[in-house]
Amino acid sequence: MVRTYLLLAWTWLRASAQYPVSFALMTLGSFTLTGLDVAGIWIIFEHTESLGGFGLFEVMFLYGTSGLSFALADMLFGNVERLSQHVRAGSFDTMLIRPTGAFIQMATDRFGVQRLGRIAQAALVLGISLPRLDPPWSRMWMVPLMVVCGLVIFTSIFALGGALQFLLTDAPEVANAFTYGGSTLTQYPLSIYGGELVKGVTFIVPLAFVNWQPALYVLDRQDPFGLPYWLRFVAPVAALLLAVAAALAWRAGIRRYRSTGS
Amino acid sequence: MSYRPIRFSGAPGTPHGAASQRRIIRCPGSAGRGKSEGCPDAPRRPPLLYLRIAGYGFRRHSAYRAAALAGAFTNTVFGILRAYVLIALWQARPGLAGYDVADAVTFCFLSQAFIGPMQLFGGGMQLSERVRNGDIAVDLLRPASLQVWTLADDLGRAGYLVLLRSLPPTVVGAVLFGLVTPEDPATWAAFTVSCLLAVVVSFGWRYLIALSSCWILDERGMQSLSIVMMMFFSGMILPLNLYPGLLGDIVRALPWAAIVQVPADVYLGKHDVTRALGFQLLWAVALFALGALATRAARRKVVIQGG
Amino acid sequence: MIEVDRVGRSFTVGRGRARRTVHAVRDLSFTVGAGEFVGYLGPNGAGKSTTIKMLTGILAPTSGRVRVAGLDPTRRRTALARRIGVVFGQRTTLWWDLPLKDSFELIRHLYKVDRADFHRRLDELADLLDLGGFLHTPVRQLSLGQRMRGDVTAALLHEPAVLILDEPTIGLDVVSKVAMRAFLRRLNAEHGTTVLLTTHDLGDIEKLCRRVMLIDHGRLGFDGTVDDLRATAPGRESLEEVVAHLYTA
Repeated sequence: MVRTYLLLAWTWLRASAQYPVSFALMTLGSFTLTGLDVAGIWIIFEHTESLGGFGLFEVMFLYGTSGLSFALADMLFGNVERLSQHVRAGSFDTMLIRPTGAFIQMATDRFGVQRLGRIAQAALVLGISLPRLDPPWSRMWMVPLMVVCGLVIFTSIFALGGALQFLLTDAPEVANAFTYGGSTLTQYPLSIYGGELVKGVTFIVPLAFVNWQPALYVLDRQDPFGLPYWLRFVAPVAALLLAVAAALAWRAGIRRYRSTGS
Repeated sequence: MSYRPIRFSGAPGTPHGAASQRRIIRCPGSAGRGKSEGCPDAPRRPPLLYLRIAGYGFRRHSAYRAAALAGAFTNTVFGILRAYVLIALWQARPGLAGYDVADAVTFCFLSQAFIGPMQLFGGGMQLSERVRNGDIAVDLLRPASLQVWTLADDLGRAGYLVLLRSLPPTVVGAVLFGLVTPEDPATWAAFTVSCLLAVVVSFGWRYLIALSSCWILDERGMQSLSIVMMMFFSGMILPLNLYPGLLGDIVRALPWAAIVQVPADVYLGKHDVTRALGFQLLWAVALFALGALATRAARRKVVIQGG
Repeated sequence: MIEVDRVGRSFTVGRGRARRTVHAVRDLSFTVGAGEFVGYLGPNGAGKSTTIKMLTGILAPTSGRVRVAGLDPTRRRTALARRIGVVFGQRTTLWWDLPLKDSFELIRHLYKVDRADFHRRLDELADLLDLGGFLHTPVRQLSLGQRMRGDVTAALLHEPAVLILDEPTIGLDVVSKVAMRAFLRRLNAEHGTTVLLTTHDLGDIEKLCRRVMLIDHGRLGFDGTVDDLRATAPGRESLEEVVAHLYTA
């Protein structure tokens, strides 16, 4: 499966390499566009020392980890959000007649590394914030783990959003509320949100495990909502559960798929 | 409903092509009120014509009801998330930038409501598609102003999206957070005019971006540039009065401020109405004039030089 | 090779009060043996495409049982994909922005075709279908006829036992059409490939198919040889008239 993924991705990369200028502009565009979020954070901290009890570098740390996970998930699998386009164009049918899973074909379709711009930007923010926060090495091991768990969680949400489009072919934008919404939500400390919302993203859609709960461990902070301490370590479990749910939803979606047109 | 084909006396491609089109618009018979038998192919009187085009834009977009509702859902979710960020900021700094918490939350949901009608993520015009596939040549040959016609269509689109994409997030915001509502009917009237002007300014900018692909081949690059401007300089990310120092002074004078910040401030009563509407009108006229120049250049390029 | 047993497929369309169920295919049964060349006819909306999609695993049937090359298409979709070839006349299965040759290479990997077999097969197909001139052209720049030849090649590189063609001659000019028919006949005769073909062009049927099935309103209306088909409406000159008579009867 990995081999098929790499092969398809590499083929598309070669195809896009024919347009180097376009590629450079789009990478730059993605870097700038997501940079606006950082500009927003900067403007907020022009006016205040702390947001929801968290300082600038702590917020940058949260932004960086969430951004990195999301950008990686987006580059590797984000293309599945174009499902309804493929369904309407009929190209989804052609993916189903090939001896490879439709998910991999969707994910690699027009694979491009323009989203590297976003990855670089998130990594930069993380790279700036970490030395300033200087967490002890005994807690640093959590950082790569949380990025990987975040990647799995966001990938699962992309897949769930894709599966949702089997039902809502005319309204693919609904999925954006969960994918991009999830990314926006986790860019800030969850302490700014209402308690109900935080419970929802802890126990229903486990976005709190993208970075919030592990970050509380890395930064050695009290949970403002008083949730149990062990939640800081269950991100892998939450990611796995969501991945299973996403895989089931995707399969159910394909079963229910109603090919349109002739 | 669309334009009926018109025969041209001046063949397209001759230097007089544009002039002869203008003559055809004022074709004898169509100038006389209601009488058009002298020139059966002539379009209806322009104001009526453009009104119908606006109606057509409205109807055309009603075909995408599911997409519009999905957009409203997403706008609402983002409105809620952004509202919490602003609440946290205003809790830390009450009265910041002359807003209280309720003003800030209202600003947030207004800007979410503007995304659809003001098309803050760019695009929304068939024009860019038509530039790409070359159909623009046909449009430029039509005996009506491409610019006014596209504007009319865009206003129809905006009208439809106000209903489907602006009302739902606002209602949800009001229920969840409680929004500020002006009491003075004059404020509502000024807000309505301001929103209309905001759509025209937004149109002016997007029209220029769409036409730019006549010359700039990398259309996606221009689109992302356009989105960056629209997002960052309009007040969509954060209210512009939070932008510090010189940056703040500059962004508040740029046209994008007329798209989100100014109508929201008119609604919140934070802005002198005459000055606010004057500012918007100025930019609407300026961008429209630039658009007219660009249309002429595009016609020269496409019609006379043959693309 | 293909077994369809009492298969039905219905769709729910519309919303609210306008909601209703459409039976695209109902109680459809037929079998196609190894090496047969079968034409599948029917007016627009009769259920042809729905049948093809159920045979290829794109759509799950609502009732009944389908077996293609011994496999249940819905449950074993990817395994089935290695045993059948599918061509959609209306859309390409090739990668739009890639040169034809790259698409074929990708197919070699996806279908896990042995390199030596692949080159032997590609040489043969390139020769028969005259692909030499545009193997390195991106698919989007190909003419319809060229693209269709590319699509047929792509569907045959893994030497499938069954070839399913959905309107393969649609929009082709006379020369391409004649060449395509000659190729398909040869494929069936020399390799024994089972072929199921849908078409609106009765020339395809007359030139290629020994057996014709006709579907109308989701049911099988006729199944027999071309001569049997002619005999259903004696006195009508062309096959077109015979079929038109059957559709409207």
